[in-house]
Amino acid sequence: MADFLLSRLVSALVVILGVAILVFLLIHLVPGDPVDVMLGESARATDREALRIALGLNLPVSEQLLVYFSNLAQLDLGHSLYSNLPVSQVLAERIPATLELAGAALLCAVLIATPLGIMAAVRRGEAWDWGAMGFSMLGVSIPNFWLGPMLILLFSLWLGWTPVSGRDSLAGLILPAITLGSAFAAILARMIRSSLLEVLGEDYVRTARAKGLSERGVVLRHAMRNAWLPVITLLGLQLGALLGGAVVTEIVFDWPGVGSLMIDSIQKRDFPVVQGCVLFISLVYVLVNTLTDIVYGLVDPRIRLSGSR
Amino acid sequence: MRLWFSVSILLIWLIMVILNPLLTQSANLIDLEQILAPPGSDSLLGFDDLGRPILERLIAGARTSFLIAFGVVVISALLGTTLGLIAGYKGGYWDLFLVRVIDIFLAFPGILLAIALAGVMGPGLDNLVIALSAVGWVGYARLTRAQTLSLKHRDHVQAAVALGSSSRIIMFRHLLPLIAAPLIVEATFGIAGMVIAEAGLSFLGLGIQPPEASWGSMIRDGAGYMLIAPHMVLAPGLAIMLVVLTLNLLGDLLRDKLDIRLTEQKKL
Repeated sequence: MADFLLSRLVSALVVILGVAILVFLLIHLVPGDPVDVMLGESARATDREALRIALGLNLPVSEQLLVYFSNLAQLDLGHSLYSNLPVSQVLAERIPATLELAGAALLCAVLIATPLGIMAAVRRGEAWDWGAMGFSMLGVSIPNFWLGPMLILLFSLWLGWTPVSGRDSLAGLILPAITLGSAFAAILARMIRSSLLEVLGEDYVRTARAKGLSERGVVLRHAMRNAWLPVITLLGLQLGALLGGAVVTEIVFDWPGVGSLMIDSIQKRDFPVVQGCVLFISLVYVLVNTLTDIVYGLVDPRIRLSGSR
Repeated sequence: MRLWFSVSILLIWLIMVILNPLLTQSANLIDLEQILAPPGSDSLLGFDDLGRPILERLIAGARTSFLIAFGVVVISALLGTTLGLIAGYKGGYWDLFLVRVIDIFLAFPGILLAIALAGVMGPGLDNLVIALSAVGWVGYARLTRAQTLSLKHRDHVQAAVALGSSSRIIMFRHLLPLIAAPLIVEATFGIAGMVIAEAGLSFLGLGIQPPEASWGSMIRDGAGYMLIAPHMVLAPGLAIMLVVLTLNLLGDLLRDKLDIRLTEQKKL
């Protein structure tokens, strides 16, 4: 068990180090002189020099990397070029909104996908199945930057049920959560369906039926419990797409989260903040994935054993 | 039925791409009299906020999304497959290194890395293709590596080794053809993903720059006029949805026909 935990944590650490290096390199991908790009052509020479020193760009790359890592270890992500506030502080202000949105989208997806997936599996080959799977196909094919505006048009502008944008009320969370969660719900419904179908053929399900349980009891109490297991690992992996999609969704709904901060900062050429946003979102993703892995290993000993090979 | 639907939508997409040279002028032609005019006799799909015809811009956008999606998938598949083959077949340090690199790239969720790269490198066609390929190659590398690992101990490969074939011949003649089927399925879904990614980046203002037309930037332009001119958002959105839906259906169909269980392979 300790081996398993250790191997998972070590590989997560290696990935995090790699991610940090890639994020560090981002600023070196700026075409030409990053300082010119950030300040514009008309900046004074003294300002340029000051920024170059502030960003450490006057040092050789290897030294820059050392400084970057020692700063990172102290949670120092540099300063915003725009507001001069520490990036960690700017980021911290935006994190709750993103987590709220991601959490709501996740909840939304599970609430939509579970009945759809179960229905499709139980009524396999019937109209319910076709309907649920057609819905799921549509869900993965509609981009969220189009679904968002369409939902706003329908529910906010025409029907007037929800606010157009912003994070002032609970009602304002509904449309962004649906927009972000829809693709995820679609994938989840398919996964639940196939996982449940596999389980429904097992002996213990036949036993449960034979002893006279209602179909409802068989599916919900016996089959579904085991069907969840493979779904959970994929949940962790799919969370990444959810976090990536949050960037677009936040822009559509003017949601004050990390994603819209990132796009704003790209437009303002405020690269330290951009780096902070990328680093934060990726870190959350890696941590969630590692956690999913570990939980799965705890639940299912087979994974634990093959993992610590 | 599914096949015919998929093929006919793809054909329409292709025809739109081919039609382009005839229309390049009119897609950016501004008619001030027609600003935000709804669909009607002057243009089948109406006009946008600058008085440009939506239908022509839709066709120009079809070309953008087609060229970028196919271009990126070809580049990333070539790169990913080659790296995956080498790592899977040679093993050792090559393999260890590639697996680490794949893990690191996979740690950037969704199109986040593409957004960051396109944002830092600046907008434009070249940078868009580079940013999307940097994200795209990983899937092919992982798939090819996993397949190669499971195939390289097959008898025919061992026989080729015994006959003294070079590694290159074994990889590209004896292993690659066996991996082709899952790669084709992956690429079909990949094109769908890239159509959405290109439109997404252009929607964020990080992709195709005005006045060039992209379905994504058309949605962005239209979002501000939804109440008075919903056709500006409806047309490009439906176009993206149809194309992506078609490619996803086709991918499913190919997977069934070629009998591939991708979920199993991805666990390797």
